[in-house]
Amino acid sequence: MAEALRKTDGVLPEPPERLVDLAASNVEDEAAVSWKEAENPDSPLYADRIKVQPRDVRGPIRRIKWAVLGLLLAIYYITPWIRWDRGPDSPDQAVLIDIAGARAYFFFIEIWPQEVYYLTGLLVLGAVGLFFVTSLFGRVWCGYTCPQTVWTDLFMWVERKIEGDRNARLRLDKQPLSGGKLRKRVAKHAAWLLIALVTGGAWIMYFQNAPTLVAEFFTGQSSTGTYFFVGLFTATTYLLAGWSREQVCTYMCPWPRFQAAMFDEDTLVVTYQRWRGEPRGKHKKGETWDGRGDCIDCTACVAVCPTGIDIRDGQQLECIGCGLCIDACNEVMEKIGRPKELITFDTEANQIALEAGEPKPKWKILRLRTLFYAMLFLGVAAAMLVTYVTRATVDVNVLHDRSPLFVTLSNGDIRNGYSIKILNMTREPRSFRLTYELGDGIAGSSLDVVNLESTGETATLTAASDSVATYQVYIRTPAEALTGESVPILFQISDPSRGDLVTYESVFRGPDK
Amino acid sequence: MPTKIEKDRLTGKDTTGHEWDGIKELNTPLPKWWLYVFYACIVWSIGYMVLYPAIPLGTTYTKGLLGWSSRDQVRDQIADARERQGEFLVGVQEASLEEIRADSTLFTFAQRGGAIAFADNCSACHGAGGQGNEGGFPVLADDAWIWGGSLDAIHQTIAHGVRWEDDLDTRFNMMPAYGDGLLADEEIEQVADYVLSLSGGAPEGADLAPGAEIYAIQCSACHGEQGEGLTDLGGPNLSDAIWLYGGERDEVVAQIVNPQHGVMPSFAGRLESETVKMLAIYVHSLGGGQ
Repeated sequence: MAEALRKTDGVLPEPPERLVDLAASNVEDEAAVSWKEAENPDSPLYADRIKVQPRDVRGPIRRIKWAVLGLLLAIYYITPWIRWDRGPDSPDQAVLIDIAGARAYFFFIEIWPQEVYYLTGLLVLGAVGLFFVTSLFGRVWCGYTCPQTVWTDLFMWVERKIEGDRNARLRLDKQPLSGGKLRKRVAKHAAWLLIALVTGGAWIMYFQNAPTLVAEFFTGQSSTGTYFFVGLFTATTYLLAGWSREQVCTYMCPWPRFQAAMFDEDTLVVTYQRWRGEPRGKHKKGETWDGRGDCIDCTACVAVCPTGIDIRDGQQLECIGCGLCIDACNEVMEKIGRPKELITFDTEANQIALEAGEPKPKWKILRLRTLFYAMLFLGVAAAMLVTYVTRATVDVNVLHDRSPLFVTLSNGDIRNGYSIKILNMTREPRSFRLTYELGDGIAGSSLDVVNLESTGETATLTAASDSVATYQVYIRTPAEALTGESVPILFQISDPSRGDLVTYESVFRGPDK
Repeated sequence: MPTKIEKDRLTGKDTTGHEWDGIKELNTPLPKWWLYVFYACIVWSIGYMVLYPAIPLGTTYTKGLLGWSSRDQVRDQIADARERQGEFLVGVQEASLEEIRADSTLFTFAQRGGAIAFADNCSACHGAGGQGNEGGFPVLADDAWIWGGSLDAIHQTIAHGVRWEDDLDTRFNMMPAYGDGLLADEEIEQVADYVLSLSGGAPEGADLAPGAEIYAIQCSACHGEQGEGLTDLGGPNLSDAIWLYGGERDEVVAQIVNPQHGVMPSFAGRLESETVKMLAIYVHSLGGGQ
């Protein structure tokens, strides 16, 4: 099984004082070997996957994991069904990414495509939050909240219900195919596929109105795209949570590769207290505990590990920090009457002090690293909040016509064309007053909006609720009034009723002077 | 090249034999499924090459079993687009130009379609957006029209062209070459000064009276009493700030001595009637339509 993978050749000599020394204590092999000879059968290029069959475990950490799993799955499945009234013309789904309508809704927040930087901000917050949490508590994201972990846990639970616990499953794997085995397998995969389908379906609900989607989906009226994406996410859920499992964390996910960069000696990580556990060995009831470690080599910690590693080898890339081995070991320690927490969440600083018999150092939560992450997080969050609270409910975009740059009219006036887009981000139709300032107040110019009455100086532009209105605007001015071939022009869109004023600076082009 | 393969004490695995700054690497085997995914990709690519066009063979290529080609795809897409445009195209065909302009949906469709047709057929001479070109290619975005700027007049010009001899309905006029003995050189200079004065560009202190006399006799029939132009005859306005062949004195003189005449093809036979209509709508909307 998994421990066979990690068998060391020969007997370990005296265990070194600290894990850090271990890596440096590789025995130098003096005989240099050629590249060809290196390809010995012991290290093939490709290796079969050793299937991990974790044992069920009971304990406080397992309970926390179940609670987190339940909460997250509930959030995931219920969110699309929460309704939020936004008036007659808008969807009433609280959380919705409306691709066709080019809007994203989150309760009272509504985001337009050009505000996609809020999404960027969310991703930055997510990343920094992840760094912050990781530098304090190690890989809690991986162990408790990562979708891969959550769904794998759920799938393993289904597997346990249908095929039994670890030993039963190992036996089942070895058995020749029989009616019973086939029944169990079919039942398991059917259950997996069903969960996967519900998962993939719920994902699409974030992009379409959930009730209509469900109704259309099962009556065959949804679009091909919908069926395709539901199928795609069903397939990925089934494959990743059912088949790939820990391989995703070990081989596909980038997070384990650089999480070590966020660790320091004050990070809480799942730790095997080597100084207390070694030398390990079998222990018979009644034997003395003097001169030996508390680890009785029962491999309970290996059997429950969802990634199939041995935590007693120290920190390693595959460890997702879920702490199930802690529950498993505590159960054993209780039975044999030794103190609990032989495997525990602890910091390296603590471990060094404990090993040396010194008092526990104070856990430094405020470190440069955590302060930096916290400040960064708060800074980005504050910036996002401020920009959202102060954002205007109207925006304007002016595009100067490039061909022709300017037109000489028959009376000699110079005319420039502008395409003005007004974004009305409110829920009611609004009208705006358009005014402009040409250069430093160039006299004799006038404004004209195509298909609209205007006084020559201002125009009233309307925009329907929650939409973009586009107008073609012409500004003409006597040629002699122009001071150069390019004069700044400032457009102002104002709505006195709300006190909104948006300006946009563009240029007015004329012939060479 | 790796030189020192070692056994790692902690894991019992071999190292790769590489060493960088004292850091050694374990020679951990890749997972088997990784290899199988790679094989699957190879199988996929073979299938792809069998089904789709793949291998170039000199002037030809393997066609693939599905017979798919990007040209067919484009053809289908164009057919689809045509089908989707169907009702609008019919609308453009049946409605008059004024009706199209009044119907905002049809107008938008015609203007967009016209913009694309314009880029294909007109912008080579008239410039993108109708900005015109040096040397007699009129600006279409201004408010001066040689043959008229109403929807119907524009439509007529596009449909039948200007001085396009294959089309009997083409716009046609000719200005005599006054340098061929019709007027003396001095008279040409005088009339040029007068013409320039109509738009306030005459040289300082020029005597305009003789030029005005010559103008009334020779030019006013086509260019109007005051040089205001006659769109019915295609006589350009001489009193505005717009010059087809330049407004400098020597350019005006050159145009009187030996006039240049622009030619525009007729498009009635080249383009579908609804495209010509859409072009008229688009050109009219460039900012100078009357």
